[in-house]
Amino acid sequence: MSHDLVVSARFGIANSHTLIVAQAHGAYTQLSTLLAQPPQSLVQTVIDSGLRGKGGGGAPTGAKWQLLEGQAKPRYLVVNADESEPGTFKDRHIIEHDPHLLIEGILLSCHALEAKAAYIYMRGEYRFWHDRLQSALDEAYGAGILGAHSCDITLHRGAGAYICGEKSALLESLEGYRGQPRLKPHRPEPEWLWGRATIVNNVETIASIPYILYKGAQAYRAMGTKESAGTLLFGLSGHVNRPGVYELPFGMPLLEVIETYGGGIRDGRALKAVIPGGASTPVLTAEQAKNATLSYEGMKLAGSALGTGGMIIMDESTSMVDALDNLLAFYRHESCGQCTPCREGTHWASSIVHDIARRQPRSDALPTLKNIARTINGQTICVFGPAVADVINGFLRNFPQEFA
Amino acid sequence: MSFALTPAHAQRLEHLRSRYETPRSLILPLLWMAQTQEGYLSPEALAFVAHETQLCVADVTSVASFYTMFALSPQGHHTIEVCGTLSCHLNGASQLIEALQKTLGITLGQTTADGAFTLKKVECMGACHEAPVVVIDGVYHARQNVQSLTTLLEETRS
Repeated sequence: MSHDLVVSARFGIANSHTLIVAQAHGAYTQLSTLLAQPPQSLVQTVIDSGLRGKGGGGAPTGAKWQLLEGQAKPRYLVVNADESEPGTFKDRHIIEHDPHLLIEGILLSCHALEAKAAYIYMRGEYRFWHDRLQSALDEAYGAGILGAHSCDITLHRGAGAYICGEKSALLESLEGYRGQPRLKPHRPEPEWLWGRATIVNNVETIASIPYILYKGAQAYRAMGTKESAGTLLFGLSGHVNRPGVYELPFGMPLLEVIETYGGGIRDGRALKAVIPGGASTPVLTAEQAKNATLSYEGMKLAGSALGTGGMIIMDESTSMVDALDNLLAFYRHESCGQCTPCREGTHWASSIVHDIARRQPRSDALPTLKNIARTINGQTICVFGPAVADVINGFLRNFPQEFA
Repeated sequence: MSFALTPAHAQRLEHLRSRYETPRSLILPLLWMAQTQEGYLSPEALAFVAHETQLCVADVTSVASFYTMFALSPQGHHTIEVCGTLSCHLNGASQLIEALQKTLGITLGQTTADGAFTLKKVECMGACHEAPVVVIDGVYHARQNVQSLTTLLEETRS
């Protein structure tokens, strides 16, 4: 399928991470023209483009940006580079191959948002990518692209906590606290960094901004589906022959992507299950995957969610009990501990499934698991808890025979 | 014993002060600097960070202990981290962990008697397409198997 590459156009070019090569291939060429336009017109283009957040939630970016309307200054932009959702490894490719695209996206976004400064919060494990992005920032400062006349961009390194990918936990961490999510407001409002109105966007979302402002909202909308405009860096991992990231327009059939881009299932085996958008999206059976398409609405229809677009493929040899045991160990480890239902529930659920995996289940394992999922769901500050409940319920609902 | 930043880190700290509205936001950058210098966060380093951020040591320790990448006790000379989350697990991470425990004669979380290696199992490193991934001293090594890991271990040891 032919389509424009929004964020990966320069990935294949040698040394595309350096300023000179990025500039030779189009980076920053229209920056000064766009920075001369009124901020509101840039926001309007982003609204018209239909761009949705690419960190997993899929909220409309333009509507989020409008939350800053009328807010006092200074305002801030925070870029979420905490990429930690199992199955997700896309943002690191943008940072590795085209850090200047991200920097340009930040400059344009800061202008649109009238933000004083931007912070990039990157997971601590990404040391190589931290150094690469810092080098790109240093180059941009050296060349005068960043500096006295622009917003400042500061790279802030996390230190190993999945929950800091949750935007309010990320801000707590950035302020120097333990990374625990904040209570959510009743009505839509911006985020707050040091009490200042702030927008938090994912790396890929911000990296999509240059394309949208250069080519126009219609060019972006021309790709994908009506409800899911544009493209996404889809990830394939697990039991596929060619794991990797592939930028594709929304709406492609899931199985076609596994076959065409992933090279099919390893060793010629049959597909058993797909976790379509990072570990926190409900697992699909091969049957459910058959007619599923890769868009927000398509995945919802299939019984799951698009999430980050990071697909974990499992072949017929996989034990679903073992897979759930593995995932619950993850959630048990990563629960921040703030809310009792999640802190205790992830431990109980993990122990119970672990006992099933070693064939020593307690007699009331399944009803207890369902009860724990129900107790966590909706009783916690952030969506980590409900996601765990969804994960448990997805496995029990779709593969009941393995848990019997 | 007291703790002091290297001149390069001290310069970096002064640069960063203007970037954040509160000194408290310097906690993570300072903890990283201290751990890079000493290999872990010593009580003296925590006291230093508390002083620089105008907080009490207990507060800084509370923050440091929340994040798994900060070590509050001395670690082995080299740290081996095996990703054990689903995509790596589906591609043989458990066999790698088993082999490493056997070769090094330690279990997860332990350090070898000679202080050379600390072995850890970690959660998703964001390298699912390169599963199973092993990270040695912060450097990612893609698509490992027992054989390649043995070679890697020898290279690290020498």
